[in-house]
Amino acid sequence: MMTNKVRVATTSLAGCFGCHMSFLDMDERLVGLLEHVEFDRSPLTDIKHCQPCDIGLVEGGLCNAENVHVLREFRNNCKILIAVGACAINGGVPAMRNHYEVQECLQEAYLNGVGVDNPMIPSDPELPLLLSKVHPLHEVVRVDYYLPGCPPSGDAFYAILSDLLAGREPSLSKTMLHYD
Amino acid sequence: MNQLLENTLTIDGQVVPFSAGQTIMDAALAAGIYIPHLCHKPELKPHGSCKLCTVDVDGRSMSACTFPASQGMQVANNTPALTEVRKTLVQMLFVEGNHLCPTCDKTGDCTLQALGYHLGMLDGHFPPFYPRREVDASHPDLILDRDRCIMCGLCVRASQQIDGKNVFALSGRGAQNHVIVNSPSGKLGDSDLNKDDLAAHICPVGAILPKNHGHEVPIGRRTFDLHTVAESDIATFNLHKTEHHDD
Repeated sequence: MMTNKVRVATTSLAGCFGCHMSFLDMDERLVGLLEHVEFDRSPLTDIKHCQPCDIGLVEGGLCNAENVHVLREFRNNCKILIAVGACAINGGVPAMRNHYEVQECLQEAYLNGVGVDNPMIPSDPELPLLLSKVHPLHEVVRVDYYLPGCPPSGDAFYAILSDLLAGREPSLSKTMLHYD
Repeated sequence: MNQLLENTLTIDGQVVPFSAGQTIMDAALAAGIYIPHLCHKPELKPHGSCKLCTVDVDGRSMSACTFPASQGMQVANNTPALTEVRKTLVQMLFVEGNHLCPTCDKTGDCTLQALGYHLGMLDGHFPPFYPRREVDASHPDLILDRDRCIMCGLCVRASQQIDGKNVFALSGRGAQNHVIVNSPSGKLGDSDLNKDDLAAHICPVGAILPKNHGHEVPIGRRTFDLHTVAESDIATFNLHKTEHHDD
């Protein structure tokens, strides 16, 4: 399908979908945006794999093997890759588990935790294995831009996308810059 | 020599007076000029550890907090090159600890975070260290989270020079450097520290925090929602604004 629209893919790795909710907080501005943008793989579409795209928005850090595969697919297909939110930038709240061994976390959740029934650590090969630590995106792939915040505001999403659509170098005003 | 120009230096072209024994930082703060800093407080001896006050003095990099002011000195402070250096220093401090601002009670009131904003830091740039340092929650009124400690030594100096209790010290070499507590067990709860001591509330980050007082100030009303880090640190500190600093 030939089109002049800018293709945008989005995904959530070890994220909470809060950055995607903030993306939707652009509210009615999304309607205007959709005149210039169409979505590729995203939790908001039914596309299963990322095709060549202009912009990839990735929320969440890397906590398991599947996250790494998806991130590499995005990097291979997106001209511009944006790390969105605290988790993608420094691991975020999930990186608090880096204070412990991954085995300790699994044992607490699936063997020793309060109310655990039929204790066993899930081991089906369908399930992606956890990484020993949670990592930010830039430890695995090159990242072009960072959009900080937990989550970034809808205004911040609008600012960075407006800049990129207009061919400008993105710049975040100090009012939109926060890490919390 | 013109009498009026004795005991003056210039900072970014502005003539600044100083008195004998003052550092560049002393003279700048007295003149209301902000030089970014984390480990400096005027009432305590300078430390020279954070390096954020690095300025160009007659073409050489110096720490403004420790370098004595002298007649006719040409200091460059607010330059794009120094902003880049300082941003890199803040990034190094962020990746060296676990600075997960969304979980921290100090967010919005943290000088390290405010410097990140001031310097336009978007990311940590370097691979995170993810240190595993001990959290000490043994004190009834205070908590010590070493993962957020930036080794500025303000608690150490406040405890030695102001409170006279000598509760804290920095120990260990290189990346193993960490804050220790001077009590028989090494625990804060067994030390003489009181929640009203300067050492208990001088921490510029979320390493030493009062217990049971988190998230009391609404977002939008916290220190650095209302003030820039520059406003909060210069000598003419005056907290009367009610709007966001960029409004």
